[in-house]
Amino acid sequence: MKRYTINIFLFAAAVVLVLLAQFKAPGSDSKILDGYVLSILMLIGINCIFAVSLNLVNGYMGEFSCGHGGFMCVGAYVGSLLSVAFFSNSKLFGTALFAPYLAPFLFPLVLLGAMLAAALAGLLVALPSFKTRDDYLAIITIAANYIIISLIENIDAIGGPRGFSGMNKTINAMTDLVSLPWMLMWTLVGVYICVAVVRRLMSSTYGKGISAVCQNEVAAEMMGINTNRVKIMAFMVSSGLGGLAGVLYAHVYGYVNASSFGLLKSTEGLVMVYLGGMGSISGVLMAAVAFTLLVEVLRFVIPWLNDGLHAIHVLPDSYQLDQVWTWVFIPLMLILLMQFRPEGFLGNRELTHVFPRLKRWFTLK
Amino acid sequence: MEFFLQQCVNALQWGSFYALIALGYTLVYGVLRLINFAHGDVFMVGAYLAFFVSTSLLAPDGMFGFSREVVLVLTIPLTMILTSMVGVTLERIAYRPLMRKGAHRLYVVITALMCGLILENGNLALLGASRRTLPELLDKTVYHIGGIAVTNLKLWVVFTAVLVFFALYFIVTRTRIGMAMRAVSWDRFALPLMGIPLEQVVVFTFALGSAIAGLGGLLFAMSYPVLEPYMGAMTGWKAFIAAVVGGIGDIRGAFVGGFLLAFVEVMVAAFLPSTFRDLFAFSILLIILWQRPTGIFGKPLTTKI
Repeated sequence: MKRYTINIFLFAAAVVLVLLAQFKAPGSDSKILDGYVLSILMLIGINCIFAVSLNLVNGYMGEFSCGHGGFMCVGAYVGSLLSVAFFSNSKLFGTALFAPYLAPFLFPLVLLGAMLAAALAGLLVALPSFKTRDDYLAIITIAANYIIISLIENIDAIGGPRGFSGMNKTINAMTDLVSLPWMLMWTLVGVYICVAVVRRLMSSTYGKGISAVCQNEVAAEMMGINTNRVKIMAFMVSSGLGGLAGVLYAHVYGYVNASSFGLLKSTEGLVMVYLGGMGSISGVLMAAVAFTLLVEVLRFVIPWLNDGLHAIHVLPDSYQLDQVWTWVFIPLMLILLMQFRPEGFLGNRELTHVFPRLKRWFTLK
Repeated sequence: MEFFLQQCVNALQWGSFYALIALGYTLVYGVLRLINFAHGDVFMVGAYLAFFVSTSLLAPDGMFGFSREVVLVLTIPLTMILTSMVGVTLERIAYRPLMRKGAHRLYVVITALMCGLILENGNLALLGASRRTLPELLDKTVYHIGGIAVTNLKLWVVFTAVLVFFALYFIVTRTRIGMAMRAVSWDRFALPLMGIPLEQVVVFTFALGSAIAGLGGLLFAMSYPVLEPYMGAMTGWKAFIAAVVGGIGDIRGAFVGGFLLAFVEVMVAAFLPSTFRDLFAFSILLIILWQRPTGIFGKPLTTKI
């Protein structure tokens, strides 16, 4: 039983979160976790998926992909389109394909479709990666990111640059059937699936192939590893899981816009991966949580700092600190990280390597 | 036909901008094997510096009271010097410590990307979102040659780009410092043994590349006078594509690539909806990198095992 302690604890924590989001506080009219906290929780989950999936390519395979936002974009759009086509009447697709009460049961189909589409988009990067690597592959991923966004913005039927919405109806259909915090539950399930897939992939023989490509591609090929196949698989799994993050993002916010998945989004992913440590799932999870919280904290700290600095007359009255500074702080943080601790929090090690005793308390079976 | 020729003139102008920025990318890559992703933003900084220099020199109640021609003549070298200082500062603060530690190239590339973000957003945060307009420094004259309208500014832009290209080609192939630069790209480790100061060569490269970007920024701001902090990002990426298409690390490649890319882009924008422009530019990049990663002039690098 001792071996299951942490597993049970994590499961219980998830259940508690759902319960907190479900029930009202005694003597108050609102839920215990209000909408803002809930949205941050879901954003943390989405960022976890995003970062862990990026970690498969950037960390374990040692390639430098900085266009992960593009795959998230594909997932978000395909998922939204499927969701609208399945469960709601719209101008684009006509009447709903399925009755709304089926929404909670068929939502996994939406997730699956989005993941498949994103994985196929991953081929855009995987195929050129046979011949090119390092800096050039980084450029290819950036180009792929721009191509995807530019393509979607040019398709007028799905909103083009105006974005696409209508996924709220799916969630309403789910809550109409049973009133639960559905998106929180789907996000938690998504995080579990993502971590499980990456973890199991990396401990399989394919995973050893991925590590071998990271260490030395030529040597890996000489040992009989089909490096092209390994690359295709790693890129497709990674982008597919990135698509999962995208579809969840789209449903949490109820609105997607291609421009929000640009290079900044990809950079967020990079920050999380390099903050956590390349090739460490637990490190990246920690980094994703820390990063999301940091961005939220900065949202409060910057106005506070602004008032404080004005009060002691450091800043001229005509100048206001605003949220743009977030995107000065974050790159600066990454630069300092690269200078002083390029391996991140954990750096290619899991928590169990740092604290070996943890192994007694959980099992991955 | 006239329409086509008119578009060709536009393509030549855009090609000059791309070539000016691409030359900076390719210089740094040729010497250090580092993709200086912040270079597009150095170009943006150059445009802003040109704005500040020219407005402070032009200020009617200022201490100088120069005429516009004098201001233009003064702005060009001042912008170039100030921008090259920005480039050298970047190298000093961000890249050199990493290089000295012998960090993995990936870390340097990430640092470069982040430096670009800091320049963009720092500019937006410090100067605010209000757009600035460069004062008109050059009287506009329009020449009509058989139905094609050419402004004198466009001629100057193209002329400058060609001039810069030949000057750079001369520096790299005919001078001592150019020889040192080529030596760095051949073998960085044998270089100090020959008594060549590596870091001075690197600083010179950054200064040269940034100065050219500053000149490009000034010319760009003169042609399209509205400045905004993100103007360098997209133009920088396009110039980078140009450098890769030509074969990054080769000066001729950057020059030819810039004009080639501009030609394709302008033609796409002329005959298709202009929103397809970026799509085409990046698709070209993807296909070239996929099929011929070394570009037009580049030589394939062999890795020793």
